[in-house]
Amino acid sequence: MHPLIKLVVQRIALGLLLLLAVSVVIFLGVEMLPGDTAQAILGQSATPEALANLRESLGLNQSAATRYFTWLGHAVQGDLGKALTNQQDISHAIGQRLGNTLFLALCAGVIAVPLAIALGLIAARYNGRWPDKLISGVTLATISLPEFVAAYFVIFLLTQVIPILQPVSMVFPGMGFLEKLHAVALPVIVLVMVVLAHMMRMTRAAILNVMQSAYIETAELKGLSPMQVIWRHALPNAVAPIISVVVINLAYLVVGVVVVEVVFSYNALGQYLVDHVAKRDLPVVQAVGIIFAAVYIGLNILADLIGIIANPRLRHPK
Amino acid sequence: MRIPLSALMGMVLTGAFVLAAVFAPWIAPYPIDAAVGKVWEGPSSQYWLGTDTIGRDILSRLIYGGSVTIFVALVSSLLSFGMGAFFGFLAATRGGWMDTGLSRLVDLMMAVPSLIVALVVLSVLPLNLTVLILVMGVLDSTRVFRLSRAVAADIAVMDYVEAAKLRGERQGWIIFREILPNAMSPLVAEFGMRFIFAVLFISTLSFLGLGIQPPLSDWGGMVRENKDGLVYGKAAALMPALAIAVLAISVNLVADWILQRTSSLKGGRGG
Amino acid sequence: MSSELNHLLSLASAGKMSRRDFVGRAGALGVSTAMAGTMLSTAAFAETPVKGGVLRAGVQGGQSTDSLDPALAASDVPFMINSTWGETLVDAGLKGQVEYRVAEEISSNADATEWKFKIRKGVEYHNGATLTAEDVVATLQRHTDEKSQSGALGIVKGIKDMKAEGDMVTLTLNAANADLPFLMADYHLIIQPGGGVDNPAAGIGSGPYKITENEAGVRTAFEKHANYWDANRGFADQVEVLSINDNTARTAAIQAGQIHMMNRVDPKIVEMLAGNADVLIERAAGPGHYVFIMECNKAPYDNNDLRMALKLAVNRQEMVDKILGGMGSRGNDFPINAAYPLFDDSIPQRDYDAAAAAEAYKKSGHDGSPLILQVAPGAFPGAVEAAQLFQASANAAGIPLQVKLEPDDGYWSNVWNVAPFCASYWGGRPVQDQMYSTAYLSTADWNDTKFVDPHFDEVLIAARGELDQTKRKAMYSELALIVRDNGGLICPMFNDWVEGRRKEVGGWIANPAGSLMDGKALSMCWLNA
Repeated sequence: MHPLIKLVVQRIALGLLLLLAVSVVIFLGVEMLPGDTAQAILGQSATPEALANLRESLGLNQSAATRYFTWLGHAVQGDLGKALTNQQDISHAIGQRLGNTLFLALCAGVIAVPLAIALGLIAARYNGRWPDKLISGVTLATISLPEFVAAYFVIFLLTQVIPILQPVSMVFPGMGFLEKLHAVALPVIVLVMVVLAHMMRMTRAAILNVMQSAYIETAELKGLSPMQVIWRHALPNAVAPIISVVVINLAYLVVGVVVVEVVFSYNALGQYLVDHVAKRDLPVVQAVGIIFAAVYIGLNILADLIGIIANPRLRHPK
Repeated sequence: MRIPLSALMGMVLTGAFVLAAVFAPWIAPYPIDAAVGKVWEGPSSQYWLGTDTIGRDILSRLIYGGSVTIFVALVSSLLSFGMGAFFGFLAATRGGWMDTGLSRLVDLMMAVPSLIVALVVLSVLPLNLTVLILVMGVLDSTRVFRLSRAVAADIAVMDYVEAAKLRGERQGWIIFREILPNAMSPLVAEFGMRFIFAVLFISTLSFLGLGIQPPLSDWGGMVRENKDGLVYGKAAALMPALAIAVLAISVNLVADWILQRTSSLKGGRGG
Repeated sequence: MSSELNHLLSLASAGKMSRRDFVGRAGALGVSTAMAGTMLSTAAFAETPVKGGVLRAGVQGGQSTDSLDPALAASDVPFMINSTWGETLVDAGLKGQVEYRVAEEISSNADATEWKFKIRKGVEYHNGATLTAEDVVATLQRHTDEKSQSGALGIVKGIKDMKAEGDMVTLTLNAANADLPFLMADYHLIIQPGGGVDNPAAGIGSGPYKITENEAGVRTAFEKHANYWDANRGFADQVEVLSINDNTARTAAIQAGQIHMMNRVDPKIVEMLAGNADVLIERAAGPGHYVFIMECNKAPYDNNDLRMALKLAVNRQEMVDKILGGMGSRGNDFPINAAYPLFDDSIPQRDYDAAAAAEAYKKSGHDGSPLILQVAPGAFPGAVEAAQLFQASANAAGIPLQVKLEPDDGYWSNVWNVAPFCASYWGGRPVQDQMYSTAYLSTADWNDTKFVDPHFDEVLIAARGELDQTKRKAMYSELALIVRDNGGLICPMFNDWVEGRRKEVGGWIANPAGSLMDGKALSMCWLNA
């Protein structure tokens, strides 16, 4: 077997074990949190009788181990069960929300990643000159805004001053593709603002780091233009740090955008997870937690793979 | 050595922030918790940057809040850097089970939603700045680990590292003398970013209830306290946001300059 | 002109109410017959209900964990949704009376221990079945029986026996309760087919709109229930409840016309919204109050002098101004205000008095250790800021009050009703008895101040069965004074409902009993073209 394929198979197998470990950690974590679903549902209106009744009907009286293994038994067969809080079918709800999460992440990623790398290359090309300073200044300013500030800023600008977009971005099954694009325009703009600087700065730094190498000098002596040198010779050797930062940001776009979801009332997984953590709704927290974990593990495998492929010395270890 | 203007500016501003933070009790015009004015007053000769949502002087709160913001962000990003880079380098140079073990542990840590981690920490540990810094440092170190491992893996297979290994140099020597200098640029750039993320992260954790206790407030927390006035251009929300942006840019200007210097350290041209 | 009169006028001018009925009901509001006639003719064009269109409400307080089961409703979005698809026996009226809905007549025996509700004929559920007296009994049973998980359990457990005969429901109580009809207006007690026993979260009821789509915590869409019994409700063809939790986004949405009405306008931005000609601000002074509660059975708060010192150390006017942006009124350390029938407005208002507070503090002999006030951002809007104002004013009086910020997560289970001194919120109840019985009776489940006073309990229970209103009012004054001067409640302010509607929304009547016209805004408003 080709060593790379072997690596991927190994990593995926390890990944599945990791997912199991994640489910245990999440279960224990939520169990450790004070309060339970019954208490959380009834909130301020909890009477002792109502609490006891609700606990019994939700099966919270069983031991933690019983509950975990019952859940695991069903989960491995693909049955995620029902939410404790509102008896909603978890697979159905997650299916819809995962789609929304990926749609938003994809829209933002498709714009942000190429843009960030391009800006990073330009900044490296004009290192220390005005295009570099302009790009750095603007992206640093946008990244240093808390997400909700960036969100309010675009809401104000694009729904009040120039009213071309809508502040509430929720999407429904019946909507067409263009309609959906229009709905998510604002959150996409915000997310691009938030992730751009990190990837751009890393691209710039990684390129500058390899620009001093001997082979770059050789390439320059061959008479290639500066942009050609960067594109053909510097970038391939700077892939590892860039890709690891790109992946961290892609993971963020999938997993970490709950603030943006809340501001724009976008019905995706982040908000769904937060609501159910607050209610200690373990089956849902487990299901979403596993999805998020799979995203991280999968993207990390991808990043390591690209890192190896990009470097001939790693590709063919001695 | 000539310090470029931008770096100088960054250093002066960063220094000014740090000094203001250290000498807060002497320079702040009002106490941090005194509701001296009306709600959301604009800047005036009395309150230079206006007043906040319950009428406290924004400038005074910024000065006091600066110390906690800068201190926590700095210490936690140093911690995440120290830990992340060290283990990342170790994983890349040692390889084998050490690499697999550390990398998968980091996968696991990244994979558990940080909301759950934060809430669990909140419920089992006492709430103070040390815990806050540790939580932020450890959570963030996973990202630094990924980056430094990737960078170091590339360097570890270079001829000069191979040569050092053949010479029988110790692990520590290889990490600090061969890998670190060559991995500096991406790491310094990352540090600049991590510092900003830390500043913003504090406010998220404060909001969850982990960390800064009132009446003290970090800058991100101040923006949050006054967020409803943001779209109406209230100074109370804009000023702390502006302070974060200026701090972020200053720190990164300095980082850029260090980056330039480290690139030239390797003996190439220019610099 | 009162908003109720306004609504009557619009109904009458639209032909929804006979001229004679209008003059009669306007007369009840103190308008002369001649005056009523003039008003009717001039208003004919002013407000005519318009049928059709899609009416949308942007509401804060929805989560993806929300259920359609009325027993579990606890925040504004489920409240609004349930009030749109379901109906209760009665609604809380605007003048401290009940308004008949599913019940069309209520009577009681002389000592108010047995109540009869006549059920309206021809009320149809969305599934085509007819609402019966048996459904009513089954519904109440579901909320009262031993297995109940209902938030209304505490309210209805005083019912000893219930039976249905023909179209009559008879409730027999353990003890006299003159306010029983008001209890039936509770938003949990929506009448469901078969009592909702089989499928409590089906969302099928007898309200003016039936659910077509429901995504919890996101959006619920409705269409008009064609066979709805009351022509005075349900004007739009379709209505929607959008769950928008962010204040700025909700405000932007109403300005952009994406929604037509919203709850919880941040009082601080009312002034800035005033510049927008499309959006009108609606205020209603309700019974909701923001509070700090001390547990009377835990040291050092078991000392009434210390409690009094803290009560005197709150600057109430400052809180109303800064936390409520002036949209509310000062509290007086008992949970009742002018929104309640039989309120005694002659009870002196307590105010900030640093000297008196310092004296009471000294008298309490407290050792000077910090008094920790636990608070979370979600205790009530502006809770952390209010606590800091409290800290400043108390410290100025020499009282070592200290604020401790707690996480929102788990606040209602770990801090509230557990910690000796914390911030909280009460939404209020339609009548005084219900408020006191819920949280101040020694044995009450939610006695969060751990206030025990046998005399208080005696008077409260006697007042419940007292049919002479003058005597009853005197009894409530006594209760108020006891809580005010001996209780563990620090009530600095009552918050108004501050809500927004677009100018094209017609038929709005402020109803202080609950948010967005007590949940009926989508049912009672219409869209002017």
